[in-house]
Amino acid sequence: MITVTNLQKSYGRLKVLDNLSVQLNAGQAVSLIGPNGSGKTTFIKSILGMVMPDGGEISFLGEPIHNGWQYRQQIGYMPQIGRYPDTMKIRQVFAMIKDLRQSTLGKNALLQLDEDLIEAFELPKLYDKTMRSLSGGTRQKVSACLAFLFNPNVLIMDEPTAGLDPLAAELLKAKILREKAKGKLILITSHVMSDLDELTTAVMYLQDGQLQFFTEVDQLKADTGEEKLGRAIAAIMTKERKSERVKERLTH
Amino acid sequence: MIKVIKYVWLDILQNRIVLAYTVFLLVVSATLFGMETNPSKGLMSLLNIVLMVVPLISLIFTTIHFYNSYEFIELLLAQPINRSKLLLSEFAGVASSLVTAFLVGVGGPVLYYAPGATGAALLAAGVALTLVFVALAFLASVCTRDKAKGIGLALLIWFYFGLLYDGLVLTILFTFSDYPLEKAMLVLTTLNPVDLARIFIMLQMDVSALMGFTGALYQEFFGSALGSLYALGVMGVWIVVPIWAAVRVFCKKDL
Repeated sequence: MITVTNLQKSYGRLKVLDNLSVQLNAGQAVSLIGPNGSGKTTFIKSILGMVMPDGGEISFLGEPIHNGWQYRQQIGYMPQIGRYPDTMKIRQVFAMIKDLRQSTLGKNALLQLDEDLIEAFELPKLYDKTMRSLSGGTRQKVSACLAFLFNPNVLIMDEPTAGLDPLAAELLKAKILREKAKGKLILITSHVMSDLDELTTAVMYLQDGQLQFFTEVDQLKADTGEEKLGRAIAAIMTKERKSERVKERLTH
Repeated sequence: MIKVIKYVWLDILQNRIVLAYTVFLLVVSATLFGMETNPSKGLMSLLNIVLMVVPLISLIFTTIHFYNSYEFIELLLAQPINRSKLLLSEFAGVASSLVTAFLVGVGGPVLYYAPGATGAALLAAGVALTLVFVALAFLASVCTRDKAKGIGLALLIWFYFGLLYDGLVLTILFTFSDYPLEKAMLVLTTLNPVDLARIFIMLQMDVSALMGFTGALYQEFFGSALGSLYALGVMGVWIVVPIWAAVRVFCKKDL
């Protein structure tokens, strides 16, 4: 569904994405894991066309996304930190996005709305609050609802459960699982391994902007002999660190 | 695109700065006309205000508006919306509200106290200046990420076109005073939209005799229909080129 080939991006001298190639298919639920600053958010933003890569190509359903925008009809994105116009009310934000989406569709097509999560989070009660007055968690709820609202085929979520209370986090995870069952492509970054363990079936591990590996979760667990995803990843990270130290010693 | 412009307008209406700008222009114009018994003298004083205030407000308001809309822009770019259309909609929204403010604030009193060709020229020049400096402000804003830097750059543009440029032209005039500079002056004028607007209006006022030999040349050139068209065309270039450059930069910008 999404094909990334030799993606490169630098901010000044810092290489954020280094020749990254990966193929993501419908029906996959992928964890995007990596240390801080390994290029996860840059990777996601490149797919969304918010960051312009220096080299390489991203195609969505076989079409290069270069400067395109139509393909974003099919992507629901939940940013790490949702930023909204301060003076708008929650109601206005939803109305505006619906209005703009409708206008991209043409007159006869109707939007297929999915308002499950809005109900589940009981957002209608807060509809008249301005975005400025919302807590971080409530903002996250608004972001999550917007990501699911238009029934997209691809869901990209950057740290979805960070800042949510336990109840909201569970509701969100249940929703993600329901969408996953419909065969959608789901890409999640998180540092909460137990969440990823529940939600995803494959792991994409980034380090210093390079793809270290892309494996099924079960395969990964079998390889490392661990039962939990968190431990499996930790095992790999320590192994890598050791081998790096060995390399350093050899070169000295 | 019209939908996006609608939301830009809603946002601008909400913060009331454009409304304050309209009232300010209205009060200044009405006072100037009220103080002078001769309406063309009133126009003359108004001209100087328009040439200073309109570029300044257009630059500062646009820059601040752009940085304050950053969240809005970020939100919309995750949606299926074309980047260049988004920026053009922002431009259309901001420019149309500032033009409306100018037409109400200055146009109203001018039509009431001094209707005629000179008044029309003043209004046309004011509208053109608004569009030029909104376009330049967009270019300055998309080139800088930092709000303070963006506003600084906008102020620099204003100082350059409003004050520094004339100084530079004078220096050139004095340095090369032994040579015939009339043609060169014509070219130098087109390089500054503020000067262009000033001369365009002054020629309608029949005060070009005050401008000496160069004035006569201007009269000959800008006084004709062709000259006026040329002036408008150059203004058009001053609007289109910055906004085109801004769209190009914006389309390659990381958010």
